[in-house]
Amino acid sequence: MTAMLPAGFEDLEPYAARWSLATEGERYAARLSSSMDDMEAFYTAAMARTDDAKAYLDGFPLDELPDDALALLHLLYSLICVSFAVECWKQPNVPDSGAAYLDLVKEPVP
Amino acid sequence: MVLQFEKPAAGSWTEAFAGLGTAPLSYEDSISPEFYELEREAIFRRTWLNVGRIEQLPKRGSYFTKELAVCDTSVIVVRGSDDEIRAFHNICRHRGNKLVWQDDPNVEVQGTCRNFTCKYHAWQYGLDGELTFVQQEQEFFGLDKADYPLVQVACDVWEGFVFVNLDPNAGRNGTEGLHDFMGEMGEGLEGYPFGELTQVFDYRAEVGSNWKLFIDAFQEFYHAPVLHVKQNPPGVAAPLMQMGFEGMHYALHGPHRMVSTTGGTSERMPEEYVKPIDIAFRSGLFGPWDKPEGGAGPLTPGMNPAGHPAWGLDSFQFFPNFVILTWEGGWYLTYHYWPLAVDRHLFEGRLYFRPPKNASERLAQELAAVTFKEYGLQDGNTLEATQKMLKSRVVTEFPLCDQEVLCRHLHKVVQDEVAKFGGGR
Repeated sequence: MTAMLPAGFEDLEPYAARWSLATEGERYAARLSSSMDDMEAFYTAAMARTDDAKAYLDGFPLDELPDDALALLHLLYSLICVSFAVECWKQPNVPDSGAAYLDLVKEPVP
Repeated sequence: MVLQFEKPAAGSWTEAFAGLGTAPLSYEDSISPEFYELEREAIFRRTWLNVGRIEQLPKRGSYFTKELAVCDTSVIVVRGSDDEIRAFHNICRHRGNKLVWQDDPNVEVQGTCRNFTCKYHAWQYGLDGELTFVQQEQEFFGLDKADYPLVQVACDVWEGFVFVNLDPNAGRNGTEGLHDFMGEMGEGLEGYPFGELTQVFDYRAEVGSNWKLFIDAFQEFYHAPVLHVKQNPPGVAAPLMQMGFEGMHYALHGPHRMVSTTGGTSERMPEEYVKPIDIAFRSGLFGPWDKPEGGAGPLTPGMNPAGHPAWGLDSFQFFPNFVILTWEGGWYLTYHYWPLAVDRHLFEGRLYFRPPKNASERLAQELAAVTFKEYGLQDGNTLEATQKMLKSRVVTEFPLCDQEVLCRHLHKVVQDEVAKFGGGR
């Protein structure tokens, strides 16, 4: 299988297929359908590499990211999404949010 | 308990503003279907309503539609070939079909065109609303195209925000134009670089509550240390709750109102008070920690009216349903609350940043946007719970504290407008 992420980020490759997602809607849905164990593993691995990932991505103009760098950026967006489940809620969804939803109908690309 | 911020000489914000009183508040205006019908007529059909930004109409022929269910209509907003921004009711003069829509007539659309063509019988209208083509015109009976233009809606622009007013006389014959309507509070925001903050996150939700309840939820921060307590590291939650919340400054300007408060990005706080993700991406609820060049702090005279060094944000609440929040970190967000029924409304929340220069800046914006959503979801569900119980009318009077002074003002203005219109209560 070809790698999704740039060279140097092989340790995050196991999480790329599930978490490198282009839209907020997909990322939020992935969070709601994941176990806390899976999210904690992803969170721990990705948090250890945030400085490296930012330094790597900042080497490109934002609107000209190669595909593998874009995949890494999307993975970091997912890390941000998942962080609330791990750091705040200790569960995938926002407590007491019931049936409430808030859809991002237009988001910046990338 | 020692107050953090000085109150007016009257002893409280509430008592400093004439006519508000300190009595418990009734929420009948948020549960009565009859009152809701009066509100639609007295307020939404005759007040300037913000429907978009000028950046949505970048060139001649650019248009967007806006559904105004509260007024049983839809409007088309378009930049004409003369660069004028105009608005029209979105209805074909022939047999009443909705003129501009795609696939689903309930979904708002945007695009660019040279004219508007009805899907039904191909009647065509120019960007200025004139009827320019009638299919098989010879079959009609003495039809003069000049008699059938699109029905125009009053439309004007303030600081790049496009407003409409469904009152046919709005801004004419001595009635209030948009600039006068925005008043002193609007003037205090003039000059803000709204047009430069073009990086937009656009959130929407249908919420099962009266529109005023969500405005109330976001115009008092008394709830913040309690409802959102878990968004702080465990050691911080208890002291925050103990401290409670005090607004730095409140002001009423006609039907509009504002609160200015503390805050600021959390790099000011000791590290154990800050979530690891905020440290990793240098951002959080108050926005990116690294300020954009030349664009942070109180950027206009109306911001940080108390002139306090601990200032973090201002919430400008424009009547009836439009809010601009300006943050110390040089970004802003808007809220719109569009009534759908007495117990239902469409909430729109938009975050506006300067376009990011690199991935690190983009990631800081992402964290601010995601944090906004996490808070919003907590607020939204609380409202449905409130609406359900208010409707029981088991309790009909509710004591509001001084930090809820803006809620008191909103309900008073709404009730006054309805009474002025002839509805009374």
